[in-house]
Amino acid sequence: MAKKKPAVSKANGHELQHAAEQFLYRQSELLDSKKWQEWIDLFADDGVYWMPPEASYKTWDGQPAIFAEDKNLMTVRMNRVLHPDAWSQRPLWGTNHVVSNVVIEKASPNGEVQVRSRFHMMELRRDDVRHFAGSYVHQLKKTKDGFSIKLQRVDMTNAQAAYDYVLQVWV
Amino acid sequence: MLQERIPDLAKYVEPDRVRREVYTDPEIFELEMQRIHERVWIYCGHESQVPKAGDYYTVQIGRQPLLMVRGSDGKINVLYNRCPHRGNMMCGDRSGNTGEFFRCSYHAWTFKHDGKLRSIPMMESGYAGTRYGKDNPDCSMKKAARVENYRGFVFASLAADGPSLKEFLGKAIVAFDDMCDRAPKGEVEVVPNCFRVIQHSNWKIFLENQLDALHPSVVHQSTGRAAHDIEKKIENKTGKAPLSYHMLSAFATVTIDKWDNFQTLNYPYGHCILTGYMGLRPTDPDTQAYDKIMIKAYGKKRFEEIVAVNIHHVLIYPGLSVQSPLQQLRAVRPLGVDRTLTEIWHFRLKGAPEPIYRRSLAYYNLVNSPATLINADDLENFWKCHQGLASDGGDWVSFGRHFGHDIEKNGAVETAPNCGTSEAPMRGQMKAWAEYMRG
Repeated sequence: MAKKKPAVSKANGHELQHAAEQFLYRQSELLDSKKWQEWIDLFADDGVYWMPPEASYKTWDGQPAIFAEDKNLMTVRMNRVLHPDAWSQRPLWGTNHVVSNVVIEKASPNGEVQVRSRFHMMELRRDDVRHFAGSYVHQLKKTKDGFSIKLQRVDMTNAQAAYDYVLQVWV
Repeated sequence: MLQERIPDLAKYVEPDRVRREVYTDPEIFELEMQRIHERVWIYCGHESQVPKAGDYYTVQIGRQPLLMVRGSDGKINVLYNRCPHRGNMMCGDRSGNTGEFFRCSYHAWTFKHDGKLRSIPMMESGYAGTRYGKDNPDCSMKKAARVENYRGFVFASLAADGPSLKEFLGKAIVAFDDMCDRAPKGEVEVVPNCFRVIQHSNWKIFLENQLDALHPSVVHQSTGRAAHDIEKKIENKTGKAPLSYHMLSAFATVTIDKWDNFQTLNYPYGHCILTGYMGLRPTDPDTQAYDKIMIKAYGKKRFEEIVAVNIHHVLIYPGLSVQSPLQQLRAVRPLGVDRTLTEIWHFRLKGAPEPIYRRSLAYYNLVNSPATLINADDLENFWKCHQGLASDGGDWVSFGRHFGHDIEKNGAVETAPNCGTSEAPMRGQMKAWAEYMRG
């Protein structure tokens, strides 16, 4: 224990920046490689994945939301997608995320970290390509293996534009 | 070319089948817009979308861009979104507040909230001796021919003649009565968010799906099953799972044969109602608290009447699908022969406790958001349906299920007992379509 550096100094250092970046890359890599269960496992037991309909929203609680899912609902979505009769999942489908502009917004001594980043996602479905872009805010909690996600907020730049078809899994 | 084909359109619709061109021919689509959407009552929006003077919301009726705007007198006007000077679109945003008047961004002509010309820059010198000026109605923004408001729901018709809104809605008016009556204050207001999703299919394919009781257990098995498993897991852990899981799991637990127990009621103008389904009278503490407030507001007898209304879905042809017990509304805006926009709204029951709002909000988010767990598979089927109709592999779409067993009663067509999966709603819609298209 004596060897451990104080958390506050880490918050300003490369180590935390690097760890947060690696975590975000892994998060998007799991989505792109369709490792849904491993992706859900990144979340804390009370973790929430949230995509508000507009940037002005302050909370997912009691509000319209494109996604507002706890781990139970994430599991429903995963099992739906994996079901052989999920018709819309039958065609060729895949995504490719690029995550960048990673900024540590807050880091408290108790291990809570807030990270902001930007993403760009290309999606292929049959022969059609769609592009989505926006920002992530991750509220993370340090664990012994890295981080767990308390809240993943996804603000789509095109959140208010009409969706050409729908979103099937998390962005 | 199309004019020559019009007399033949009647041949496109038979009582139990329809020619595929009805869904795929761009010229028939143009004619539909003229003869159906730009004539009948079309839903513009709810008055709570525009609470203050100058608030506006754009709306597409057929191919026409319009504006729903609240005047300083409190009245809601529906105007063509067009400046009479050079034809510029007046409001370029989807919604907003125009202030005390509209001002065209091109040459600064200004108009009152009812569309009347207010001013033109240097009007006296510029237009002296011309036909243009405040007395010429062609210098004002054009109004929709008719506008009516039923319990806060605003409709417009672009035709000067035709049935009144109430006559047009007929029995389907229950969509709005059922929604509003379930509010202790007898009114609803929009939850200020509209989910908008584009379908790659003809608008009629979506409408025909709304009351299609055969499809849910086929199309939504994946979500129903997945939700059922988690629902059981939560029940084992805590004793009770949120009602939203039941709303999803019912798609799997109500098996295909059970859907015959429901009934559809089919009315003139193509409107129809699907009764039953969904366990809408639960007995949990939240519902009991709501029931108490309702009894206080309406009295025991009226309360029982209100909650006994047994509706799953009301379809108001040609552009509105309402799930009144869950306060959800989907407006259908055809964009082209193979592209259809749905605008999806959720309403709050005024005076109802927060948990009741949250219950139907969960349905809005899970079923009707752009990340829908349900409609993704519907839209996939609609797309496949539209693609398949391009094929020369056959000329007809069949609506023959339980054909010949419909019961005609007081101008309505009811499905016979144990015929809930009847294709009567599609037959009724196409019958109305053919009548409209005759012009």
